[in-house]
Order: sequence, then C-alpha cells, then structure tokens
Amino acid sequence: MTSGTGSTPQRRGSVPEVTLADGLALVIVVALNAYVLLAGADYGGGVWDLLAGGPRRVRQRELIEHAIAPVWEANHVWLILVIVLLFTCFPAAFSRLAITLHVPLTLLLFGIVLRGSAFVFRSYGNIDDRTQRRWGRVFAIASTVTPLLLGISLGTIATGRVTGGSEGGYHAAYVAPWLAPFPLACGVLALALFAFLAAVYLTVEADGDGEVQEDFRKRALWAGAALFGAAMITLIASGDAPRMREGLLQSTQAIGVQLMVAAAAITALLALWFRRWRIARVAAAGQATLMLWGWALAQYPDLLPGTLSIRQAAAPAATLELVAGALALGALVLFPSLAYLFRVFKQR
Amino acid sequence: MSELLAARTQMGLSLGFHIVFAVIGIGMPALMVVAERRWLQTGDKIYLELARRWSKGTAILFAVGAVSGTVLSFELGLLWPRFMELTGPMIGMPFSLEGFAFFTEAIFLGIYLYGWDKVSPRAHLWAGIMVAVSGALSGLFVVLANAWMNEPTGFTLVNGQLTNIQPLHGLLSPAAPTQVIHMTLAAYAATGFAVAGVHAIHLLVSPANAFSRRALRVALLIGVPAALLQPISGDFSARHIAEHQPAKLAAAEALFETRTHAPLTLGGWPDMAARKTHFAIEIPELLSFMAYRDPAAEVQGLDRVPRADWPNVPVVHLAFDLMVGLGSYLVLVGLWVGFLAVKQHEFAVERRLLQALALATPMGFLAIEAGWVVTEVGRQPWIVTGVMRTEAAVTPMPGLGYTLASFTALYILLAFVVSRLLYGLIVQTPTDDEWHRQYTPTARIRA
Repeated sequence: MTSGTGSTPQRRGSVPEVTLADGLALVIVVALNAYVLLAGADYGGGVWDLLAGGPRRVRQRELIEHAIAPVWEANHVWLILVIVLLFTCFPAAFSRLAITLHVPLTLLLFGIVLRGSAFVFRSYGNIDDRTQRRWGRVFAIASTVTPLLLGISLGTIATGRVTGGSEGGYHAAYVAPWLAPFPLACGVLALALFAFLAAVYLTVEADGDGEVQEDFRKRALWAGAALFGAAMITLIASGDAPRMREGLLQSTQAIGVQLMVAAAAITALLALWFRRWRIARVAAAGQATLMLWGWALAQYPDLLPGTLSIRQAAAPAATLELVAGALALGALVLFPSLAYLFRVFKQR
Repeated sequence: MSELLAARTQMGLSLGFHIVFAVIGIGMPALMVVAERRWLQTGDKIYLELARRWSKGTAILFAVGAVSGTVLSFELGLLWPRFMELTGPMIGMPFSLEGFAFFTEAIFLGIYLYGWDKVSPRAHLWAGIMVAVSGALSGLFVVLANAWMNEPTGFTLVNGQLTNIQPLHGLLSPAAPTQVIHMTLAAYAATGFAVAGVHAIHLLVSPANAFSRRALRVALLIGVPAALLQPISGDFSARHIAEHQPAKLAAAEALFETRTHAPLTLGGWPDMAARKTHFAIEIPELLSFMAYRDPAAEVQGLDRVPRADWPNVPVVHLAFDLMVGLGSYLVLVGLWVGFLAVKQHEFAVERRLLQALALATPMGFLAIEAGWVVTEVGRQPWIVTGVMRTEAAVTPMPGLGYTLASFTALYILLAFVVSRLLYGLIVQTPTDDEWHRQYTPTARIRA
C-alpha cells in the first residue's frame, strides 16, 4: 500500500514528472478509447439487433450488419493492442489482473468468441434461414453480454481490489472483488454507453432510409436516458470504490471533466432531437471519450489503484524505449491503413 | 486432473485450435492473390470466381482465427500469470509487433472481402497482397516469441529474475531463423495441399471441371515448392537443436544414451522407465550423420539430462515421426507434381495423382500439429528453457478443470460449425456443366 499513500499528495500538488511509462500508459488509454468508440459501437449494434422490433425489424438488422461487417475485425484489434501493450510495458499489472479477474475475463472471452464467430456464421454460411436466425440470436446475445463483462472488469480495477492475491479462499479471492455493486454498475454503464454510441452512429449510417433513421433516433434518445440512469447508479455505487469517487468528484480538474461530459451529453441529445445526425455522432463520441479519460485521470498515477502505480508496474527502460519506437513505426503503417479502410466503407 | 495439467491442456487445446486458422490466414491470401492476378493478366473469369469463392471461406476462417487468437493473448495471463510477469518485457516485443501486423491484416482483409465493388481491381489486388504479407509477418512474430521460449537470450538471470534485459537481442534468439522458416513453409505447404486435395476430389468426380483444374494449379503452385523446401529447412532445424536443445532432439529420437554412431530410430514405443525403445526400426549411423554430417559423431542422449528435466519421450518421439512421415509423403507427391509440370502435363487427367493428392488433404495440418507438439512438449518441463519451469508459471486460481471443460465444449462446437459451413462452400463449387459450357476449350477435355 506504500504507493497509494506516497502518490496521493503528488496528485493534487505540482505536476509530477512525466516518464516514458506514463506515456505508454497514455497510449494504452488511447487504444482503449479507440476500442470503446469503434468496437464498442459494434457491440452496441448487436444490442440493437437483439432489440430490433416493429415493422422495420428486418431493415434495422440489415443496416446493422452492413455497418459492422467490413470493420469489426479491425476494430477488435484495438483490444489486442491494449492487452499486448499491457503485458509488455506493465507485466506486473497484467499478471494481477489475470489472476483476480480470471472468471470475468474468461467469460468475456466466451463473449468475444461467440460474438465474432456467430457474426460470420450468419453472414457467410450457406445455411438455412432457421440456422441463420439462430446464429443471429447468438451474435446479438453475445454482443450484449460482452460489454457487461468488460465494464465489470474495468470497474473492479477502480475499486482497488485487483491484488492478484489468493488469500481467503476461492470466493474471497476470485469472485468477491468483481461481484460487487460498483463493478456491476460499471458493467451496465458500459452496455448503455455502447448501445447509445451504436444508435447514434446508426442514425448517420441510415442516411437515405428516413424511417429506419427515425427508429434509431428514438433508440438513441432512450439509450441516452438509460446512460444517464446508469451513470447515476454508478455514482451511487461508488462508495465501493472510494478512490475513484474521490478522484472523480473532489478535484477541480475532475469536476471540469465531469462538466465537459455533461456538456457533450446534452449536445448529443439536443442534436438528436433536432436531427443533426453528424453533430450528434461527434458529441456522443466526445462524451464517451471524456468519460474514459475522466476515469483514467482519476486513477493517475496508479495503474491498479492503491496497490500498483504506473511507475512500479513498468517494465525495464530498455523495453519501454523499444516499444515506444515500435509504436511510432507501427503508427506509420497503421493510421494510413485505417484511414483508407474508413474512407472506403464509412464515407458518410 | 491436476491444475497444472488442466492449464497445459487448455493452452494446448487453444493453440492447437488456433494454429489451424492462423496457418490458413497465412496461406489462403497467397492463393487468392495468385488467382486474382491470373484473372487480371488473362481475363479468364474463372480465376476471378475462384478468388471470390476462396475469399468467402477465408472470411469465416479468418474471423474464427481472430477471436481464437484473442483468447490466446488473454490466456497467456489467465493461465500463466507468473510467466508473463517475468517475461512480458522480453516476449512482449514480438507480440507488440504481431499486434501491428495483425491490425494491418484485419484492415486489408476488410477491404479485400467487402471492397470488390468499391475499389479498383488494382487496389483490390494490392489489398490482397497486404493481407498475405502481414499474415506472414504475424506468424513470424509469434514464432519469434516461441523461439525465445526455446532458447532465451538477451538478459542476465539473477535469482530467477531477468536483469539487464535487451529485448531486441531477445527477438533474435538463435532458434529464430530455423523456426521461422520451418513454420512459414509449413503454412504454405499445408494450405496449398489442403486446397489442392479438395479440388483433386472434385476432379476425380468430374475431370472436365475447368474451375477445379485452375484451382488445383494455383494451390499446387503455392503448396509444392514449400513442401519441397521443407526437408532442407527441417535439416537445418535438426542440426540446430542437436547443438542447442539436445534434450528435445534426444526425446524426438528416443535416444536414451549418449553415443557415437547414433542410429535414426523410427517408431516404436519409448519406455522411460527401462530407458529403451521397444519395437523400433533403427537405421544405423543416420542420426549422427543428420545431426553432425559425420556417421561417427557423438549425439547427446537423455542420460545427459537430469531425470526431472526430461520431457515426455513417447509423445515427443511419436509426434516427431508423424511429422516427418507426413512431410515425406507431401515431398513425394510434390516431386510427382513437379515432374508432370516439367513435362507440361495436365494434372487433372492423372487419376492416380489426384488420388494421392486427395489423400494428402489433411496431412499438412496434421504435420503442423505434430511438429508443434514436438517443439512445445519437447521443451517441458520448462516454459522458458532453463529460466522458468511450467509448474512455477501457472495461475494460483483453483478449479481450472471447469474452464478447460467449457473451452473444450466451445471449440468442439466451433470446429463442428466451421466444418459444416466449409463443407457447404466446398461442395457448392460450380458443377462441371456450368463451367464446361462457358470456359473449357473442348480439346482440353481428355478424360
């Protein structure tokens, strides 16, 4: 616990010295941010597939499939990037996460595998309609469950209970840390956020089909309300994650971030209301981004709050320097490629 | 089942499952690119149809590969947290690079699969080339990580901790060149022969099928050169491990005693208690010759390795023989194909060759699974040779048997569904008549 007590005063005082490890932690949050904005919306698409209804059910589902198909695999790789950067740059943190969160992460993997496989089985299989519907169902359910597990895992980190310890028996060490109010609230928050993002994006994707566009406008507004509710529940449950609560509410910079989140949320909802689809998309993405960064800032400079700081978990300098170099080189290939992908399929 | 065995089984299952899809992800783009290029060069629409149909199957396989690969990246920690904590700063490097290669692969595969009507034919072909290149690079980086586990370099070991680490040096383990070449060739050979086998079966039923004739030629073009080069690469590997991983070679050859004039041992049942191999065929002096180019050379046996550090000898030995046996079959068929190609003979009318190819369909993949067993089981009881034992790496979480059971069920389900879908795509290959009328010059139909 030394890191916790040592780092707290620093957080409020003058700007601490920023190291290469901090920079790489920043890159991890950027990658996680991209995952939330892109893959998060793909999961949200699955949620709307599950909730597709009304006379235009089939058209809604077709739009979702059309929007996800060319990009979901590339979007998914952001998560892999998060994982490899985590275990390369912060191996101690990765090890503890993998031990304490073994159960939710394993369930998350099941979700990821079933979501991805079911999606291609549905689109590519030369199978009869009934089987196709069944895989569609699997895709939709897995898309709904996976964000819950992702939120639960991230929420558990915030509680400071990821210690990698095995004391106190199975339940105490491997279940109790995540099966608790705050992580569960974070799960619901992630689900609501992804569904909101997807519905907002789909209003843009639906350009040219006014009826479906209106369907998703309605859904986006409802999801926005649900997101607000989930955020309130998370706040109420945050007694479970005192550090996070403190970090989110008590410093001026944190309050600033909260106000920006609120502003982005109101902008997104107003833009939806007045059917300014592109503005709504930018505002919703901004809202999600600010929420994530608010969390990251509240935790800084800890990686696992209270137990492991970024600096303590960092790999030797030789590794960090090389990874930084590799990231720079990789970015040279990655960003032009991504830009091309999105230019080909997402011109709207 | 002990927790350690459950963890090892789950890792083995996950890797054994993923490796098939990973290999197809390396091999299929090459086939598709060749077919598409032929279409652009000759205007022969069958080649276009071929690339399109192959891309359908590849889409399914690639997606399953992507998600099963994700499982592995998590499982490294979920099952072996101590290993990752110790070695993350070393093997994280190749995995990070692999992350980028895989990213590029996924991006251009999206363009390749969904961009037929959205980008120019030339841009489309280039997207395919990008997929093929980044797929091969992904494989290369993963094998670099594995090579490091076999022969770790680039650090000083102090009290079980890696100090003074040089990750760049770690990327280039002495085992890397032989392993990378062997695995990459294996990927092309396995995919090429599997696709060739499927189309050989089609041609046995309808020899005039112009579609399968072209498919067969493209698949053999990729598969045969790789299969023919593989024994050379295998020879390099054998000589390398004789020197650097003697325990693995001794287990692969079931050589219990260090000896000069060591024979090559084929088959049999290695008895670890009696330190003898029963019912084996021995070819005198061949092992000494293969390992050191000298029939009298001394080859280290398992007696030089402490008993507690032995891998499971029967498993490694039989897997090794299986790999070599299957590979040799592919070489023989490859030579036959090469002979006919030189004589500019049409493969589709050689029924015996088609039968031999049909038989070879699964062999490349079986050889890969066997070879991977040799290198992984052959390294045991170490997870990183000489640095960390597998038992010290495993997660403290009990109850791994349940996770194993659920993953096994999941993979069986996926394997079943993928097989059914692929079967559907394969039998759907255009019938004889369809292509016959449109594209096959009558003179070519001889059978």
